[in-house]
Amino acid sequence: MIVSGISAQHPDIAVRLDGVSKRFGSEKPSRFARLMRRAPGETPKLTRALDNVSLEVRRNEIFGILGANGSGKSTLIRCISTLLIADSGRISVFGLDVREDESAVKRLINRVSVEASFFKKLSPMENLLYSSRLYGRGGSTLRRDIKQILVDLGIPAERVDMPLETMSRGMQQKVAIARAFLTAPVLLLLDEPTTGLDPRSKKEVQRFVQELRERHDATVLICSHDMDEAEQLCDRIAIMDGGRIVATGTVEELKRQVTPRTGQIDPTLEDVYMALTGHDLKDTEEELVVASVA
Amino acid sequence: MAYIPSAAPTTAPRSPVAIAAREGKAALAFVERNFFLTKRYWGWEAAFLVYTAASSLSIMFIGASQDGDTDRLILFLAIGTLVWGYLNSVFMNVAETIAWERWEGTIEYTMMAPVSRITHMVGMSLFAILYGLVRSTVLFLVLVALFPEMSLSAANLPGAALVIAVGSISFIGFGIVGAVLPLLFPEKGEQMTFIISSILLLVSGVYYPVEVLPGWMQPFSAISPATYVLEAMRAAILDGAATASLLGDLLALSAIAIVSIPVGLAIFGYFERYAKRTGRLKRSG
Repeated sequence: MIVSGISAQHPDIAVRLDGVSKRFGSEKPSRFARLMRRAPGETPKLTRALDNVSLEVRRNEIFGILGANGSGKSTLIRCISTLLIADSGRISVFGLDVREDESAVKRLINRVSVEASFFKKLSPMENLLYSSRLYGRGGSTLRRDIKQILVDLGIPAERVDMPLETMSRGMQQKVAIARAFLTAPVLLLLDEPTTGLDPRSKKEVQRFVQELRERHDATVLICSHDMDEAEQLCDRIAIMDGGRIVATGTVEELKRQVTPRTGQIDPTLEDVYMALTGHDLKDTEEELVVASVA
Repeated sequence: MAYIPSAAPTTAPRSPVAIAAREGKAALAFVERNFFLTKRYWGWEAAFLVYTAASSLSIMFIGASQDGDTDRLILFLAIGTLVWGYLNSVFMNVAETIAWERWEGTIEYTMMAPVSRITHMVGMSLFAILYGLVRSTVLFLVLVALFPEMSLSAANLPGAALVIAVGSISFIGFGIVGAVLPLLFPEKGEQMTFIISSILLLVSGVYYPVEVLPGWMQPFSAISPATYVLEAMRAAILDGAATASLLGDLLALSAIAIVSIPVGLAIFGYFERYAKRTGRLKRSG
């Protein structure tokens, strides 16, 4: 395992995971678990989504988690955002335990998932009014602020009050990003946020992420399988495979580590990934799940 | 440079007043959201309202077709259909708290928000009551238009209002318990909620006195809050019973509310943690 040398000399740690593991299913499901199955006869498979994961994300850092589908990235994000309870280990956000201080952690974070989770019949304005109020925002300027952030992200002003279901996937994802930014979180969790966006929109979102970090001292944790995005945006990257962190470091550090192995003078991040994990980023989720359990 | 709002405060308000204000704002977020949704789904709302009106009128026409003086019977049936329509609306709106979020794919976002589950339920309950009252008012106007002979001149309306208020709270408790089912069973939970609603309709004396039920079904009437609401409402409206004479039913409803709401919240909290341990929040219905 290659680690970049994070130590106690860095006191401002935004996210810390210590030995976090999470699995789904059971080799011997209880009677209650069998009752809860989706369909009679369904055979639950044991999936080790996270396997003794430890990492630190520094304050004000843009930290990337790079991995194939099924590597555990989304599970990691869900555990940090209090949506999943880990089986073992500890997760803290700015020193607050995500289980014991759940309410306090929720006030610090926001998340953008790969699927734009909205009330599709409602407009961007209506969806963002709802989410803003959940996070304690209100006041007479709220509608104006919402409209401004949507327009800045490329949503035409005339579409702000139209149902989201009339918008493309890319525009819906931009609204999801606007929703997260509107609450100005100190920790922003992005789970493949630019999937489905055109190149220009990707650049706009990436620029927005950097501005958020610069102007609000925000920390960003971004999961991606887009190598270019990870290389351009992230201060440091962790490579995940089969629920494990196999390497952490800056892009240059990771490249230097694999150069002796591959013999390439200037390996790409994709070369780094293949050298460290032994397979291509595009391997199927099914193959990786089976491999992780074996 | 793009607009990014000022950093939100990251520390929680500490004074009870500030906490209440924050949670109150969040509760109203659910009311506002559900109002937006009702507006967007206006076609379905209108269709369902027409269906409910037609069903209610059909039952009352059955009453009108009986021999003899049918005025009391028609009012008896009107009370049943209006009260049940209101209570069931409250129950289903609260019980569908999770089912609706699963259907829309928003359950994770709502569960991740810094809002207590109590606030979440208060918001959903507030909307459920407002929605039920509006719907029932429209239905009442329709029934009165077609049955102008219905007279409320002898009714104890303040007593009836008190019964509805206490009964609403007891039904909210049932709704919270019902909301656990879609949390626990992503695929079949909502279907189970409908079954509970159907059983309550059958055993609560909505269109007939509970005494006509078979003996083995009557104990179920005793645990349905609708039974006490209907009994007290009919006494207040049909017979003009004084509020003091409604005390028995009011106490039963209060007891149901006092037990069902905290028990419902505790059960919901337990199974929310279960869903987070097993990854069931992610699965959509």
